[in-house]
Amino acid sequence: MRFEPRHSSPHLAPVGNVGRLMFAVVAALVPGTAAAAWFFGPGVLVNMAWCAATALAAEAAVLRLRQRPVRPALADGSALVTALLLGLALPPLAPWWLPVIGAAFAIVVAKHLYGGLGYNPFNPAMAGYALLLVSFPREMVAWLPPGDGGLDLSAVLHYSLAGTLPPGATLDALTQATPLDTLRTQIGLGRPVAEAMASRPDLFARVGGVGWVWINGLFLLGGLWLLWRRIAAWQIPAAMLGALGLLALVFWLLDPARHAPPLFHLFSGATMLGAFFIATDPVTASTTPRGRLVYGAGIGVLIYVIRTWGGYPDGVAFAVLLMNMAVPTIDHYTRPRVFGEEKGR
Amino acid sequence: MTDLALILVSTILVNNFVLVKFLGLCPFMGVSRKLETATGMALATTFVLTLSSVTSYLADTYLLAPLGLEYLRTITFILVIAVVVQFTEMVVRKTSPLLYQVLGIFLPLITTNCAVLGVALLNVQTRHGFVESAVYGFGAAVGFSLVLILFAAMRERINAADVPAPFRGASIALVTAGLMSIAFMGFSGLVKG
Repeated sequence: MRFEPRHSSPHLAPVGNVGRLMFAVVAALVPGTAAAAWFFGPGVLVNMAWCAATALAAEAAVLRLRQRPVRPALADGSALVTALLLGLALPPLAPWWLPVIGAAFAIVVAKHLYGGLGYNPFNPAMAGYALLLVSFPREMVAWLPPGDGGLDLSAVLHYSLAGTLPPGATLDALTQATPLDTLRTQIGLGRPVAEAMASRPDLFARVGGVGWVWINGLFLLGGLWLLWRRIAAWQIPAAMLGALGLLALVFWLLDPARHAPPLFHLFSGATMLGAFFIATDPVTASTTPRGRLVYGAGIGVLIYVIRTWGGYPDGVAFAVLLMNMAVPTIDHYTRPRVFGEEKGR
Repeated sequence: MTDLALILVSTILVNNFVLVKFLGLCPFMGVSRKLETATGMALATTFVLTLSSVTSYLADTYLLAPLGLEYLRTITFILVIAVVVQFTEMVVRKTSPLLYQVLGIFLPLITTNCAVLGVALLNVQTRHGFVESAVYGFGAAVGFSLVLILFAAMRERINAADVPAPFRGASIALVTAGLMSIAFMGFSGLVKG
């Protein structure tokens, strides 16, 4: 038997612990987050700060109550990643209690009632997001237009803390629906997709929404880096983006007037963030190779179904939660064959 | 044809009897500790629910309505369901003693599954015809089976988790059911009305 001399000795295995993993994920989030902050203003970072503070405080409080060591759990960064993902998913102009309620629910109910890191069946960030979306629908769909809406940090902080806007500005004038939401409404009114997109050049770029293409592209870049580092399993994003793109392509070819083109689906909303950072959460995702393909494809199909026919503008959070529900069943039926076991037994 | 497909999507996903209408919670909590029993219960309930949905429709249309006895509807449906369950129990006992042993007490429990009576009454309320009643009952049963099996697999995993002592057992199961219910709200709006 010959071994290819690919690496010279000494063979130092990388230290694989949760902390390193989580900080690699945070590093991969940076470019996409920077783009989000560039297009939608400092509110993105304010939300993330609220989420991070609440999540760390909630994590410490629960561990204190359970009389468990607090410091190592806080230092591993898992609560921080949950908080940052939730903060990125929230609308950029939000009152302070929105991120606080979401992060507290994510950490306390979705994570620690199940015993903490490693046991939670639902993705905590998406559980927090879904709770906010069904409880406060009005606050959750009000997005700023790309180009930050002219609000600086002090104005955003004022709104977040006190709910007051600079004189002369109203919430309805500042905020608007996201490109995904707008396109869905226009299709519902019977307007052809091309016409609807051409009529709002401030909102729609050639492929996706203005700004959203950059955000998704940079999250894709960070995600590819995670795949290259072997931190995320390639099967999940590949199957998810493949299923979403294929479904969008089929319906778009059948009736291009009533269905958004596939690239629009891939580069709008939370698609790339979901594919590489949310769906790949090692705790809540499927763990078998075949199971990961099923899990990823299921998320892709559900995102398309909810975006196209459902009542919510984006389907990533619900799709991930629904497939989280199916993970134990998927794992049960896709267990890999043990070496030496015969097929069909 | 589209109507029937819409009824199926509506009963399985959008208006799921367990997670959206909150009917049939007793077997949902009671028989979901193991995947095998949950699968057996799901099959038995699917059979009973479809059959009872059709028979209640027949009893209502050809017996109660012509005689003007609509006020006896609830009690008649309970009787019809009890008979169908008894029939299923006899069939299961003769054909699969193993399944009978596994299901044990839970088979008669289908009688008190409020989803079964709920389906029969909702059929009358929404003026479903014969085929629609059958599809509605079948869809409700498939929706029930789907979430019961997924829930059972999840509970097997949660049993191995380090759940805080006050939340072990039924409480964490109810928390899980609540989170599942939030996830199912993502389907709202798929079928109008």
